[in-house]
Amino acid sequence: MTKHTNFRIEQPVASTLKIIFSGRLDIDSVAELWSSCVNSIQSSPKLLILDFKDVDYCDGAGIALIQVLQKRQITHNNICKINNLKPSFASLLEYIERQPDSAEQKSLYSETIPEHIGRVTVGFLKSFYENIVFLGALSYHLFLAVLKPKRVRWRDFLRVAEETGPQALPIIALIGFLMGLISTFQAAPSFKQFGAQIFMVNLVGLGLVREIGPLLTTVLLAGRTASAFAAEIGTMKINQEIDALKTMGLDPIRFLVVPRILATMIITPMLEAFFIIFGLLGSFVVMLTLGYTADAFVHQLHRAIVPMDYIGGLIKVFVFGLVIASVGCLNGIKTRFGAQAVGHSTTQAVVNSLIMLVFVDGVFALIYYVLGV
Amino acid sequence: MNSLPIIKVQNLKVQYGSRVILENIQFEIYPGEIFMVIGGSGCGKTTLLTHMIGLLEPAFGDVLIDDQSISHSTQPQRLVILRKIGVLYQSSALFGSMNLLKNVSLPLEELTELPPDAITEIAHNKLKMVGLGDFGHYMPAEVSGGMQKRAAIARAMALDPKILFLDEPSSGLDPITSSELDKLVVNLANILGITFVIVSHDLSSICKIAQRVILLYQGKIIAEGKPQQLSGSSNPLVRSFFASNIGTVK
Repeated sequence: MTKHTNFRIEQPVASTLKIIFSGRLDIDSVAELWSSCVNSIQSSPKLLILDFKDVDYCDGAGIALIQVLQKRQITHNNICKINNLKPSFASLLEYIERQPDSAEQKSLYSETIPEHIGRVTVGFLKSFYENIVFLGALSYHLFLAVLKPKRVRWRDFLRVAEETGPQALPIIALIGFLMGLISTFQAAPSFKQFGAQIFMVNLVGLGLVREIGPLLTTVLLAGRTASAFAAEIGTMKINQEIDALKTMGLDPIRFLVVPRILATMIITPMLEAFFIIFGLLGSFVVMLTLGYTADAFVHQLHRAIVPMDYIGGLIKVFVFGLVIASVGCLNGIKTRFGAQAVGHSTTQAVVNSLIMLVFVDGVFALIYYVLGV
Repeated sequence: MNSLPIIKVQNLKVQYGSRVILENIQFEIYPGEIFMVIGGSGCGKTTLLTHMIGLLEPAFGDVLIDDQSISHSTQPQRLVILRKIGVLYQSSALFGSMNLLKNVSLPLEELTELPPDAITEIAHNKLKMVGLGDFGHYMPAEVSGGMQKRAAIARAMALDPKILFLDEPSSGLDPITSSELDKLVVNLANILGITFVIVSHDLSSICKIAQRVILLYQGKIIAEGKPQQLSGSSNPLVRSFFASNIGTVK
């Protein structure tokens, strides 16, 4: 059972305050009396006497309380006196006070607003520089991969392609099917008002081929593949495997990034095709329930979609694949040190991939509008 | 020393912001030596090693390997220099997705034109040299920490480098395994004539295998010489390092 801790305040003369502690000053009791004790010296007397005559135990928490009270007095140029602290506790206080404060820790606490802005700006510029360097190195190695395909690590390419493609197929198929089904269902009441339900095939078909297919396929891959790349490469960095590659004279971009990017670029359009097929299947199921025949569906689809629609989507998804794989790998390579670093890289990979996807999609919308595609 | 130095560290200075990590570091290492960089935690040992293997560029100064600067070299020059060195990282840094034989084969596959059967033979020999001849098909996660370190040494030796850098080789190892690793280093130095540069704070290793050491303290070299000379030094900081390492708590 813990002995109850208490403190009482005496004021022998106007300029002097005496705090008399009793019982145990351990982590539990100090938590209870900390605020009231610290608040009791708000006015900071000329002389503060801390009396520990009746204290029979004092640990790190008690010492911290003493230090806070001492610091308050020093800040106000007043005096703090410690009375009757048992030698064992006094030696603990003395030991802690003897240790030098870390300069770094001090600077963390005392960072001013301009310093903070400076640090953030330098961090941003460094990150921007790393991105540019990565982009340059990646372009160079992708170009070399085209010129000298033998240099590509095809075994890694196949492994990544398998993880990115066949293993992602169930989720791609499911989401595609549901998207086709839901969007047709949602459109049905509005189209019914005009007696134009057959044109829902145009809406869903064109939407899937030109926009929803490419975008949602890569959004799913951003969550699945970009994060996996960031985590895998980030862990390798923390384990010094990337340093090991560098000192062997092997370029991590060629060794780790190029196979992943090539695999993603090739697999993404295939997955997009599956997404569209399953999306159309979902739409077809709804059209069947509304009384339309398979013939009517296919005929309307054939009239609605021209090859250029599909090719436009294909070009888009090819670039989207490049974007998400690059962002995932870049975030892996930029992983810092520490336990949270990989988690941070993974989150950043997904967030940055999504932002980049929407941005690139916007650029494509503009280009296609100008070209009349 | 009669021969010319194989490594020259010249006026090396490293600082992060206003914090100076290494200052006025200057020393030379000769072929075949077992050279140790020693000092307490946070004294700059690993930072020095990182600069010596060219992973970071120093603010001032230079590191020359075989009279070629690794600090300020172009990529093709750096590749030539990197072929002369091998590195054992503190965490071993073996590739988790490859077995030990594949790990050792990797630099041979990537950087030479050797046929696959020659690569397998060489990699197997390297593993045999570190006592892991029968463990080639094991994944890194399936072997002990000491075996991982030995496999990483085998990988570092794959291209027959002139110099091996070992970063805290005994970290995380029990004294017996650590002592076996020391024996391995001495054997390799004697048999292959490899120059070893070892970063360590393990006093038993320092006294057993080091031929020459430098002692770092707060980013500066405070002593250089044979371990026996340093342990009898009149400098209190040097004496304190050697005394605290054998268990004297002050």
